Parts: sequence; C-alpha cells; structure tokens
Amino acid sequence: MSDAASFFTRHYGVTAADCERYLAAALGRGGEYADLYFEHEATSSLTLEEGMVKSAAQGISLGVGVRVLSGERTGYAYTDDLAPEKILRAAGVAAHIASGAARTRIAGLGETNPGRNLYGPGPAPTDADMLAKLALVRRAEQAARGHDPRIVQVRVGYADELRRVWVVSSDGRSSSDAQPLARLSVFCLARENGVTEKGHAGGGGRVPLEFFDHELTPESLGEQAAREAVQQLAARPCPAGEMEVVLGPGWPGILLHEAIGHGLEADFNRKKTSAFSGLIGRRVASDKCTVVDNGTLPSRRGSLNMDDEGQPTQCTTLIENGILKGYMQDHLSARLTGARGTGNGRRQSYAHMPMPRMTNTYMLAGHDDPEDIVRSVRRGLYAVNFGGGQVDITNGKFVFSASESYLIEDGRITAPVKGATLIGNGPDVLTRVSMVGHDLKLDQGIGSCGKDGQTVPVGVGIPTLKIDRLTVGGTHE
Amino acid sequence: MNDTELTELAARIVAEAGRRGATAAECVIRHGRELSVTVRLGETESIKQAEGKALGLRVFRGQQAGVTHSSDLAWPAVSAMLDAALTIAGTASPDPAAGLPRAEELGQLAGDLDLYDPAAAAVTTEQALEWARRGEQAALATDPRLTNSDGGSCDAGESTKILVNSLGFQGCVRRSSCSLSVVPIASHEGAMQRDYWYSVARGPEGLEAPEAIGRKAAQRTLRRLGARKVATQRVPVVFDPQAARSLLGHILEAVSGESVYREASFLAGKLGQQVAASGLTLVDDGTLRGRLGSSPFDGEGLPTRRTTVMDGGRLESYLLNCYSARKLSLASTGNASRGLAAAPGVGCHNFTLLPGAITPEEIIAGVPSGLYVTEFIGFGVNAVTGDYSRGATGLWIENGRLAYPVEEITVAGNLKDMLRQVTAIGNDLEIRGAVNAPTLLIEGLTIAGS
Repeated sequence: MSDAASFFTRHYGVTAADCERYLAAALGRGGEYADLYFEHEATSSLTLEEGMVKSAAQGISLGVGVRVLSGERTGYAYTDDLAPEKILRAAGVAAHIASGAARTRIAGLGETNPGRNLYGPGPAPTDADMLAKLALVRRAEQAARGHDPRIVQVRVGYADELRRVWVVSSDGRSSSDAQPLARLSVFCLARENGVTEKGHAGGGGRVPLEFFDHELTPESLGEQAAREAVQQLAARPCPAGEMEVVLGPGWPGILLHEAIGHGLEADFNRKKTSAFSGLIGRRVASDKCTVVDNGTLPSRRGSLNMDDEGQPTQCTTLIENGILKGYMQDHLSARLTGARGTGNGRRQSYAHMPMPRMTNTYMLAGHDDPEDIVRSVRRGLYAVNFGGGQVDITNGKFVFSASESYLIEDGRITAPVKGATLIGNGPDVLTRVSMVGHDLKLDQGIGSCGKDGQTVPVGVGIPTLKIDRLTVGGTHE
Repeated sequence: MNDTELTELAARIVAEAGRRGATAAECVIRHGRELSVTVRLGETESIKQAEGKALGLRVFRGQQAGVTHSSDLAWPAVSAMLDAALTIAGTASPDPAAGLPRAEELGQLAGDLDLYDPAAAAVTTEQALEWARRGEQAALATDPRLTNSDGGSCDAGESTKILVNSLGFQGCVRRSSCSLSVVPIASHEGAMQRDYWYSVARGPEGLEAPEAIGRKAAQRTLRRLGARKVATQRVPVVFDPQAARSLLGHILEAVSGESVYREASFLAGKLGQQVAASGLTLVDDGTLRGRLGSSPFDGEGLPTRRTTVMDGGRLESYLLNCYSARKLSLASTGNASRGLAAAPGVGCHNFTLLPGAITPEEIIAGVPSGLYVTEFIGFGVNAVTGDYSRGATGLWIENGRLAYPVEEITVAGNLKDMLRQVTAIGNDLEIRGAVNAPTLLIEGLTIAGS
C-alpha cells in the first residue's frame, strides 16, 4: 500500500477490507459504479502587511466522499467523520440514486497507483519551519519596497497545503497520492501626485519550500509586483473597440483557458450545452495553433500524478494545427460517451463531486520572432499581464482582464494603458491568430479556476501571439 | 453533540487556551446539513446529501495572533490545535490593532430573528426533485426554441454557528435556507443562448412557485436569441436589478474597512463627502427579520445594526470590523465576517440600494439610444482606482424601447464617475438574497464593440 493510502489506515484505521464493505453498501440498490474519496488536507499560511505578520494560520480538513453512478445519475454523500458507521451511512445515502437489486460483487482491490512523482524530491512545504516561510515573505516585502520610493504599501501572502487523497472504486482500483502545493504572492500600491495604482505578482507550484530559493525567488516576485504598480502610474486610458492584439508569453495564456478550455470540457459537450459541441474534426483555430492540456509537467501548479478519480493525468491534444481533436474527460462523461479517459476528473474537496477540469493548458511554440510580431502591428494593444477571466460556455463569449498593457503604435511598444477587458467569441478567436512566437512560457503558478462553485489550481501558457482582431473594452473611443 | 454541548465545548477550549498561555481566545464552531438535487431534461441528474462540522480557533499572546481550524472535534485533535495556534501566534508580529473587541462592545440582538424555518430541514429528496422538475418543465414548455437545458436545481439546508470568546461572549445562531433555480438553453439558427432565474428564501414557503421561476428563466433566455454586437460608442446604460446588484458588490468592496485602511479603495478618505448622485442611499442592516443576511451578532460577537453607508450620495460610513475600525480610529459597525480558516474579515448583512420613485419602463423610455444590461461577466474592476471594464450582455434601447439583444461588448468607465452619473433609480427593488438593488440608469459609459 502506498504512503498516502496507508496514512488513512495508520491514523484513522480505514483498511482495504473496510472499503470493500463501504462500496458494497454504496451499490446496495444497484448502480454501475461507486467510489470512495478519502482526503486529508493540511494547510498553513502567513500574511505580511505594514511590515507586520498580521496573520499566521494552520488548518486540517478531513473527510470522505461516497459516489454512486447509475446511468447518467450521480448520488453523492460525504462525512467528515471516518468512523465506520458514518461512512456506511453516507454510502447508504449515496446508494439512493439507484433503484434496483444490490450489486454486492466488488472487484478485488488492486493497487493502481500511477507510479510516478511529479512533485520532486524533498519534504512537503507544509513540513517546513514557519520561520523559513516567514523569511520568504519578508524578503519579498523588502524587494518590493526597495524597488521604487513610490511604493507605499506592500502585502505579501504565503500559503501551502499537503493534500493526501486515496480513491477506491468498485472496479477494483485503489490509488493514492500526496499532493503538495505552495504559493507566494505580492500585492503593491504605488502613489504619485495623488494617483494610486496597484500591482500584483505571484507564483509557486507543487514544490518544496526550497523552490523559492532557486527557481522563483521572493525578490523577483516583489520586484514584479512593484514594477507593475509603478508602471500603471503613467497609464493612459485604454482605447475601446476592435484592434490588433498581441499577447505576451506566459500568464496571458488565460485566453486559452477561457476562450476554448472550458468549452472543451466533456460534460458540456456530452450535454451539448457548449458552443464547441459537435465540432470535433472541424477547424476552430488557424493552422499555427496547437493546444494541449498537460497534467504531467513536473512541479507545475496544475499538475497531478493522478486526478481525483484515481486516473493518471496525461497530455491531451485539444487542438492540432487548428483542428479540434478532443475533449477533457472525467469518468462519467467518458463512460457515457464511450470515450477514453483523459485524467481530467477533479474536485475541490471530499465535499464535492468530480467533474472535467483543466490541468495545465497551453499552446505549443510557433516559429515567429516575438519582436517581429510586435513590429507587424500598426495600431494595437500589447497585453502582458492579466487578472481573471470568465466564459459563457453556451454562447462562447469570453472575457479576460488585462492588468498591464501597452499601446503598439507603428510597430513599437509605446505608452502603458489602464486595465481593460478583452472580449471575444471562443470558437472563432483563434482562427484570427496570425502569428505565433517561438517563446512558449508557462505562468509562474498563480492560477485558480472556478466552475460550479468549485475552485481548483490550474496552469496556463502561450508563446507571444498576434490576434488580428479582438474587442478591447477601454474607455477611450 | 447538541448545540448546548457544542457551546460548552467551545467554552472549554477557550478556557484551556487561557491555561496554556493565551491572553485571549475565540472559538467558532459551525455545523450543518445540506441537500442538493439537480434534474436535467426531466431526469434526475444528481442527489447530494451531507452533514458536516468544523471548528476554528483564534488565540492571542498579547498582541500576536494565531489561527487554526480543523474538522476533527475530538479532544486529542482539539488539544493539538490549541498548541499549534499558540505556537504559530509566536510567528506573528505584535500588532497594536490586534485583539478581541472591547467587552462593552459585545452583545447580541434579543429575540428570534426568524432565521430558521424547520420546514427547510424537512424538505425531502422527492420534494426537492419535484420542484426542480416542475421548474425546468415550465421553462421548456414555454417555447419550442428551448431545446436543451442545464437543468433545474433545488437546495435545502441548515447551518448553525457558535461563537465563544474569553471575554464571556457566547452566541449560537441557527439558520436555514432553500433555493430553486432553472437554467434553460435556447437555440435558433445554429446559435445557442442560456440564462437563468432563481428564488432563495429561509424556507420552502418563501420560494416563488417553480413554474414562475421556470417561465421567467425561459423569457430571459429567449430574449437573448439573435444577439449581435454594436458599434463602439458612449451611451447611457440601464442596469437591470441583477446587473445593479453586481455594481453594489463593487461598492461593497470599496466601503469595506479592510480596503479602506489599506488605502486600496477609491472611497478611502472620502467620509462625509458627496461621492454619488443625490438619489443614492445605501443601507446595510443585519437586524431585519427573516432576511438572508440577518444575524443577531457578527463574526466577533458584536450585535448587528443598521448602518447608513451613503445618504443622498454622501458617504456616511464604512463597513467595519474591530480591526479595521481600530486602524481607522472609528468604531466597529458590527460587520465582522468570520470564516473558520482566517481572522475575521469584513462582510455585509443585508446591503440595499433604496428604491426611487420611477418605474423601470419609464427609465427605459427616457433613453433615446443606449444599453439595457442584464448580465456582466469577468473581473475587470479595480477597487483601488475605480476603473471599471466588464463584459456585458443585454438589450439595445432605441427610442425608449428595448429593440434587440446584444452581446460580446464591454461596458467601461470609472466607479467614481459612475456613482455621480446615476440619473435615475427605479422603484422595482426586489429582495432576492442579501445584496439588493433596483434598476439604475448611469450616463456616459463607453461601450466597446465592433
């Protein structure tokens, strides 16, 4: 038995034999499939503001979710008490979704761990000393304050977690994983002549604390946030209307997440409620665009050894040279549509049902030189940093909000402009991608995605991209 | 454990924190039950049922604070949590503004606020499924263009919050809620649209009829069919009550004491000043009987109250918890919100923009050319500067009448100006949840389109 599974046996006395009993109870009224999702999550966090550590917090959440599938129906129950009678009761409640004869034969449990470790060696960040985390937070603050005298306020947050999960299913699979996650974020205010602007930066991943000593230092995050805030002090009103838009590499990949990612989640397509329903094999992007969802990148925020249904994650091609190739599947949608699983079944916690979700979604590098891309634009917007985004799956309209962008005038990047929302239509925005840079970059590990009230960590990425026409929602006509 | 026993447990934890060296402590326990069902195209899609509980602890060592939470209420886990909280408090900096409220601030409203309807806890799975099914069916029966659905859903549940601190405050409040929503999908000439409607109340009696919810959802969805883009221009924008409610959410962030003391709000330093049009009066009230945002005490154990945030456009008060109040040399307004995992934040109770005298039809009739916005998407609002730019969906107004649906456009301006440019406030205030506003007209916003 793997470490994460034996954790539940050691600490809470839950054995494989118990699980078979719970699964039998879950299928006590029929149903084709049942699974148990045990979760133990330890968290810690620190917030530094006004030079003070204002809040230090730790927490533990523990529980098990029981799911029963019967045709297209899902029965779900959870309990935060791992006593056998409580789990049996939850199993009995979830069982009510079906109404047939008991299915008592549970395939003998065999271990089906993915057998890989994407999270690197070293201790989980949650095990590191609070003082070491405090030192990171202080370093980030000093870097931000030291960047420019116009920085008047700095807030730094550090948060980590270790999520131990064990998924046991009625088809005999028993898979477990211990998933670390850490994030350091910096928020700054800059002020000059009565104008106040903000800047933000953050990053991390499924990494030990030492990551922040080598890969992404607190100093670089502090400076990034401070630079953005100071830069915005000189920002002009953003233009409004359709224009050429160049997206910088990395985090602007949130475009893919909103414009096409959600629309390619299998649940929406199975129900034919997505603007992408029925478009497999059709052109949805220019032939320069190849987009993947890849849960197997080492240490990335969106990566997982296995998804929350116990399936190994994989690299799934969504769009290849502009042609729509596939959807992101969870167990239910794959089974109902006869598709192969893609390891995209995720959930926020034991209190939530799994559904198809993205991992790390990005566009592969092209051949264009990023400088040539900018040079090719007569009048447009160069957007390099973003806040959040949102999409209406059904009509395909998406938005994402730039927090740092610049005018491009006659092929040159000129003045910074105020934040603006970019809006477009998912199924056709990528058909207007005319240039793709060779500079693919993934984000630093900052993204969280919300769907149906559930939040999960994700990653995005793009090379520098040129979109020939996109509506920019500024104030300046 | 019943609520009396849980309150005793919380008191025992607070006392034990003192024995182990805490100078002050606060314990919050939450427990609840939920039932949640969805029906899609007439068939049961999911049933979820659960019970949960969890405990949060905040301890002080002088002016240093530590926060812990756990879902394990057994004593060995609680004991470990106490030690962890005291240890991590040692990591925090001494903060002169940190601490529990002053003893004389503590208290709770007397009497029953009608926050609990036993009928909510008694809703059966079968009833919930039937209401969801009836709502969806009514929507789909409205028009043949309603060809698909994201379903009808019904939730019912109850939750109890217990708060005990070392100054002797003990509070326990039980609330219930029920909600019903329907999300139909219409298609026409190859394009699909969805919209929704919902009702939420303390108990099933307070819900609108499933058929009424379904029909309203259907109308809202159908009117989006055939939506087009409009040209980039500057026009008056009418916010329907749903859109106006989202605007109130941004104002809420700007008047929250946490944004204000950090100077991360465009309304910081504006107390007593005229910041909005003279028709604008905004009130937060935690004392209203039966309403979703009401509570006898706030997240720190202060009685809730009625706070006038803006009166005739003049900024009268921020919404404050004890921490932000101390930072601003003001008194708490009883707006502490307490999750389990973090120190108290600031939240509203029932936050309302008071209605005007004019009907929404009259407001629309006064607009020669403009936008009637029914939904915003995206997060393009900057509370520091007031800069506002959001994706919008709605109907175009021509010669005072709703003419055709529009989409893939943005509405942009700055909240500082937008508040002043409110030139009409509707009389159509409807209570639906904790944040409520009537129809609003705001002049001079930039629409970006084609």
